[in-house]
Amino acid sequence: MSSPFHNLQELRHSASLANKVFIQRDYTDGTVCKFQTKFPSELDSRIERTLFEDTVKTLNNYYAEAEKIGGQSYLEGCLACLTVYLIFLCIETRYEKVLKKISRYIQEQNEKVYAPRGLLITDPIERGMRVIEISVYEDRGSSGSSSGSSTTSSSGR
Amino acid sequence: MSAVMITRKVTRKWEKLPGKNTFCCDGRVMMARQKGVFYLTLFLIVGTCSLFFAFECPYLAVHLSPAIPVFAVLLFVFVVAMLLRTSFSDPGVLPRALPEEANFIEMEIEAANGNVMAGQRPPPRIKNVQINNQIVKLKYCYTCKIFRPPRASHCSICDNCVDRFDHHCPWVGNCVGKRNYRYFYLFTLSLSLLTIYIFAFNIVHVVLREYRNIFEHVVSLTPHCTVLEVLVCFFTLWSVVGLTGFHTYLISLNQTTNEDIKGSWSGKNRVQNPYSHKNFIKNCCEVLCGPTYPSVLDRRGVMLEDSTRPTPSDASAASTYKSTNPVSQTTKSSAPLIPNEHTPEEAKPSIGAGTQKSTSSPKEEKPPSPTSPNAVAPAVIKESAH
Repeated sequence: MSSPFHNLQELRHSASLANKVFIQRDYTDGTVCKFQTKFPSELDSRIERTLFEDTVKTLNNYYAEAEKIGGQSYLEGCLACLTVYLIFLCIETRYEKVLKKISRYIQEQNEKVYAPRGLLITDPIERGMRVIEISVYEDRGSSGSSSGSSTTSSSGR
Repeated sequence: MSAVMITRKVTRKWEKLPGKNTFCCDGRVMMARQKGVFYLTLFLIVGTCSLFFAFECPYLAVHLSPAIPVFAVLLFVFVVAMLLRTSFSDPGVLPRALPEEANFIEMEIEAANGNVMAGQRPPPRIKNVQINNQIVKLKYCYTCKIFRPPRASHCSICDNCVDRFDHHCPWVGNCVGKRNYRYFYLFTLSLSLLTIYIFAFNIVHVVLREYRNIFEHVVSLTPHCTVLEVLVCFFTLWSVVGLTGFHTYLISLNQTTNEDIKGSWSGKNRVQNPYSHKNFIKNCCEVLCGPTYPSVLDRRGVMLEDSTRPTPSDASAASTYKSTNPVSQTTKSSAPLIPNEHTPEEAKPSIGAGTQKSTSSPKEEKPPSPTSPNAVAPAVIKESAH
């Protein structure tokens, strides 16, 4: 289904949120931040599999770069310890620098790839680095699909 | 007609965070609710060191070396800095799931569980993941409505899930988790050194004074302060040095106190620790020199007040993109495995209200699903029905 959206502004003003898809974390390599590249079926008709996988793999690479334990992280750790961690008042940590890169990347992907298809990615940092939230928008003019969500709460502890 | 601008104080996200933390300095400082023991710790450290600087240091600087008080000052500053850093920082709190995410997970769970017969207990909510060829169970947190990441645990005192949860320390007035573990360790290590230092130089001071008294045939009593300091240091020594030793042991094995107490990785039939590099140096480096993780709780972010905007429908799409406030629209059921219609619910915006409302929402009967419980093809959950 091709979407009539061309940019983010149109998306915000003429679309209504239909659905949200959550890409979960992939813990097979331990506690490093990595997301599953499995293509969710809800996006089948909205975006090509390769584009989606590219986005997630690039994000995973960014996070791996941020969490890499090597010479630079040791240097940063030792220098910070010697200055009683006051140095972080002046300079940014490597992780923070990478997070900014990630934020720019997501914005760029939203503008170029996702918004034209009626989708929007939320930066994982806004969801506690637990999920990549992809909002699926539908044109307001089109017949709305049945909206509703289950409220079955947990059946007790 | 001009809108009347009501100038109100900007609401920051920390004011609406669920959990039992207290915040100071407009969200910059984050601590547990009970801070009494923390004040005691601070008082003991500052008090003992003040006595040391006031009474011992002049004597030792003159009769031994001026480097002694200088080093003591540096050590004292380091100890207090590490204590404050541990106490005031976010330990690695995982924010609670917003309503849409919570619903998504619920539907995944139900899809995996299939039909539960009336009267039967539903199976426990556990996900199995394979980490470094070991099977690790991820538990579901009913308060935060998430499957806890590996090594995370829910602190009942702070009412938060904390990543790489070590323990809740009343002495620092905060949880010890992924983000502040190294500061906690450096605090205990430097406090041990400071205690040993003060203890040693108190003894030296007493010995020197008594020697001088004997030499000069003078009678004078050892000052009360020295005795007090020696007592405090003696009792502190046993506890703090022991604690430092224990944490050094944990770091060398890349374990947390929580895992050690629960015996997660010990015992023959248990899983081996999948996070350990099996190398003492590598484990230490990862824990102490690893990257400095950012806080995922945007404490000082400004809350967008959706209620003050004139057109909620336009604002909703924008706010979904920008902030963490969910849209006040119903969401379509997203699990492809449950084809039934679900009753719509109004998901109210704002983080705190959202989670509390979802926990207090009444149970609704779901119509029986005609699909077989085996239709779990894309399901992530590998169910263990024990």
